[in-house]
Amino acid sequence: MTIEPTLSVLTAKDFSSDQEIRWCPGCGDYSILAQMKKVLPTLGVPPEKTVFISGIGCSSRFPYYVNTYGIHSIHGRAPGVATGLKASRPDLSVWVITGDGDALSIGGNHLMHAIRRNIDLNIILFNNRIYGLTKGQYSPTSILGQVTKSTPMGAIDNPLHPLSVAIGCEATFVARSIDVNIKHLTMVLKRAAEHKGTSFVEVYQNCNVFNDGAFDYATGRDTKAETTLELEHGKPLIFGKNRDKGIRLNGMHPEIVSLNDGISEDDLLFHDEQADEPTLAYLLCRMRNPDFPEPIGVFRAVDAPRYDESLNNQITEARRVRGKGDLQKLFNAGETWMVE
Amino acid sequence: MATYTRNPQEGERLNPKPVLELNAATVRFCGDSGDGMQLAGTQLTNTSALAGNDIATFPDFPAEIRAPTGTKAGVSGFQIRFANSEIFTPGDQVDALIAMNPAALVTNLPDLVSGGILILNSDAFNAKGLEQAGYLQNPIEDGSLIGYQVFPIEMTRLTRLAVDGLGLGVKESDRCRNFYAMGLTFWLYGRSLEPTLRYIDEKFGKHPSIAEANRRALHAGYNYGDTTDAMVSRYSVQKASLHTGLYRNITGNQALAWGLVSAAERSGCELFYGSYPITPASDILHELVKLKNFGVRTFQAEDEIAAITSAIGAAFGGALGATASSGPGIALKAEAMGLAVMTELPVLIINVQRGGPSTGLPTKTEQSDLMQAMFGRNGECPLPVIAARSPADCFDVVHEAWRIAARYMTPVMLLSDGYIANGAEPWKIPDVNSLPAWQVTHPIGLSNGHGFLPYDRDERLSRPWAIPGTPGLMHRIGGLEKQDITGNVCYDADNHQHMVNVRANKIAGIARDIPLQEVQGPDHGRLLVVSWGGTYGACATAVQLMQVNGGSVAHAHLRYLNPFPANLGELLQRYDRVLIPELNRGQLRMLIRAEFLVDAVGLNKVQGKPFAVREVVQKIEEMLGSD
Ligand SMILES: Cc1ncc(C[n+]2csc(CCOP(=O)(O)OP(=O)(O)O)c2C)c(N)n1
Ligand code: SF4
Ligand SMILES: [Mg+2]
Repeated sequence: MTIEPTLSVLTAKDFSSDQEIRWCPGCGDYSILAQMKKVLPTLGVPPEKTVFISGIGCSSRFPYYVNTYGIHSIHGRAPGVATGLKASRPDLSVWVITGDGDALSIGGNHLMHAIRRNIDLNIILFNNRIYGLTKGQYSPTSILGQVTKSTPMGAIDNPLHPLSVAIGCEATFVARSIDVNIKHLTMVLKRAAEHKGTSFVEVYQNCNVFNDGAFDYATGRDTKAETTLELEHGKPLIFGKNRDKGIRLNGMHPEIVSLNDGISEDDLLFHDEQADEPTLAYLLCRMRNPDFPEPIGVFRAVDAPRYDESLNNQITEARRVRGKGDLQKLFNAGETWMVE
Repeated sequence: MATYTRNPQEGERLNPKPVLELNAATVRFCGDSGDGMQLAGTQLTNTSALAGNDIATFPDFPAEIRAPTGTKAGVSGFQIRFANSEIFTPGDQVDALIAMNPAALVTNLPDLVSGGILILNSDAFNAKGLEQAGYLQNPIEDGSLIGYQVFPIEMTRLTRLAVDGLGLGVKESDRCRNFYAMGLTFWLYGRSLEPTLRYIDEKFGKHPSIAEANRRALHAGYNYGDTTDAMVSRYSVQKASLHTGLYRNITGNQALAWGLVSAAERSGCELFYGSYPITPASDILHELVKLKNFGVRTFQAEDEIAAITSAIGAAFGGALGATASSGPGIALKAEAMGLAVMTELPVLIINVQRGGPSTGLPTKTEQSDLMQAMFGRNGECPLPVIAARSPADCFDVVHEAWRIAARYMTPVMLLSDGYIANGAEPWKIPDVNSLPAWQVTHPIGLSNGHGFLPYDRDERLSRPWAIPGTPGLMHRIGGLEKQDITGNVCYDADNHQHMVNVRANKIAGIARDIPLQEVQGPDHGRLLVVSWGGTYGACATAVQLMQVNGGSVAHAHLRYLNPFPANLGELLQRYDRVLIPELNRGQLRMLIRAEFLVDAVGLNKVQGKPFAVREVVQKIEEMLGSD
């Protein structure tokens, strides 16, 4: 895309709408919005070519707060709306903003199919492991035993893990970040925007009203170095306050090793986000607290045909082979007869 | 004796059989779903249309794709009426029935006129076939068919004989049997074999032996009629005097697809069609995928919800967004229709109705989704509803639906039904340049100093269709209540009252922009028959028959169901009584009674079948006679 000269002067302000933000004070959504507004002016796409589409939920109010085109659609259906728009308007940059309930419960079917089609959308899932808007029922990502308004004795269904779902649908771009990890989140959003095909990003988001502290382990000043692991392409998996621990493969299983025990970096598992097979990405997304540090960053970024592109290529190809459609010829073709 | 050529020409025969002139004939092919009866019917349709007849067809599919061979559940039928004058229905009763097995005979015989022609594949009337059909004795032999002209023909054996030497197996040989039946029927009605021979070339050109076998079977059937003593006479139906012009056959679903493509092109929009397969709407998708060189984007979605939401997304981007389904799928789309009403985006929603509720009768026709179209959404959620009356009418109705949708920024519900969708009739091919043309417009800049106002309205109460890519007009829309003019989210009580009223008034105002309701017949009198959708043909024919006999009866067929034409209420008052025949339990009747306080009477049937003309005639007679 050629960057218009005026774009160089775009700032976060150009992407701010005049609408009053209605999230609870302290909600993690604020930070995600702020990082998004930082990233948007750096992408070389003007506001009028940018569209945010969301479902229903606290997170899905997001489009009202960015000064681009946008649709706050219906619960779970944002991927459908976005697919129709992107397929017919490949010139637009289309984002989908969704919640854990919106994307994985009512909208699970649409999410799955958008991802497997690899249509060029950036899907950002705000995972707060709770239904925020409806005031605190458990969600498909709530953990076993989680006590919520609808699970007074604890949740008894196994949670879904957003990245596992995405990888299972053959996602070509899979990443995770955290609402308060500002720099990291900015990097991940930018990478997602730059990827061609469906970019799927899970953002750990604190709902300080109905599920406060769900991700404290991953954000706590004292714990985060031990409980998270920043992925870097081509680099070994190292974590810990003193960066003295790593992940090594033992057969098919990851294990935590100490780098002081005669184990060198070369013995560790190296991250390869471009691996053809999603095996490594899947293994990484199954590393979960408290047994493992949870990886954040880009798990997978590979190139594959995109639905929107292929659809439009077929039109070009059909026109090349058969010529541009002519209605009169179409109507008159085949068996016809004249009434005098 | 002269040897006959493969395609005998009239006059070459030594003893040409007598030809009886008819005004019209109704023929039905029926057999197992694997017997190729739909193809036989389509071929007779084409060759009759090319002969200049007016035609109407009624394909009748079994619910199961492949029910066990020879069973009643697997019987597939195709009825065609061809005539030397304009006709509106495929006929109540059949003049000639071609039944390929006992199950087909037992299920279709009640529709054959007494004295009618009955052509049977006698080879299929064996012990197993008879048992499957529930016959204790062979009807060919037990005298039970005495009231008909019965022609038992060993079609299986004769077809195998005809294709002998081509190296085909028994199964492949038997698959040519429908061409044998076609050949015989074509002879019976003096139809040309040429269109079917062309079809065989096109379809089977790559498989020369199969093509040859089908050709031989077709000729063998034709020659059987011509040369054996079995058939004593044949029939002829002369050309109909239709309006001058170039014609072709069209089915309802094909007309919908072509209507969509041409409406998009004439209004300067791209066509985006989102859909999820469902009987009887799938053929619209099958037609549209062939038209990629017209720039048509089709999307086979994961479900009906994604089908309509994708159409809404495409509409937001400036496309003609359309989706089609049948009852169950329309139910799934309901919430998204509300979104389209709230966001005031133009989207076409097509319902090819079938028997309900739930999965109901997938392959059978019904008109029972009118209330769903009118009210099947949460909240005060009005949208325009218009209905096609016949296969060819589908084309015009799509153009009209799109005109309303784009001018009023509203989703529009277009109703068709299984009978219209699969039925075919001659379509006078329009000159493309004479099709409705009006350019869709999108605002390109700000017209005031206040920033863009997405819910500012014009004199029609329609809002501007600003599309992404336009600098300065960025805006957000959604399902939450909108503040008047600005479109911002707004929970204010008075604003909600106002917006509900505005949305209702916008749709009601369309009545000023559609034609006044016309009536066929006297402009006042004793009885007005009011119909909508696919019952048009039966009602029009019934009223015409009654008028010929001097009945004081008129016919108003409604295309516009919401809003109603502006003069409808006044018109209803001009007749002593009002009759509303519908293939449901009285849905239009309920609307009309509620809206106009008219004590309309219903004629209602839900049997998965269209009305027979005689059913409507009887009801009219009863009503005229009773006062
Ligand atoms: C069809 C439908 N069903 C239910 C709801 C009620 N509802 C609104 S948001 C929501 C859950 C939202 O949870 P999530 O997607 O996690 O978003 P969050 O509010 O946590 O950001 C539900 C159940 C709805 N709006 N529409
Ligand atoms: S309820 Fe939770 S998720 Fe929703 S705005 Fe409040 S803090 Fe945020
Ligand atoms: Mg949530």
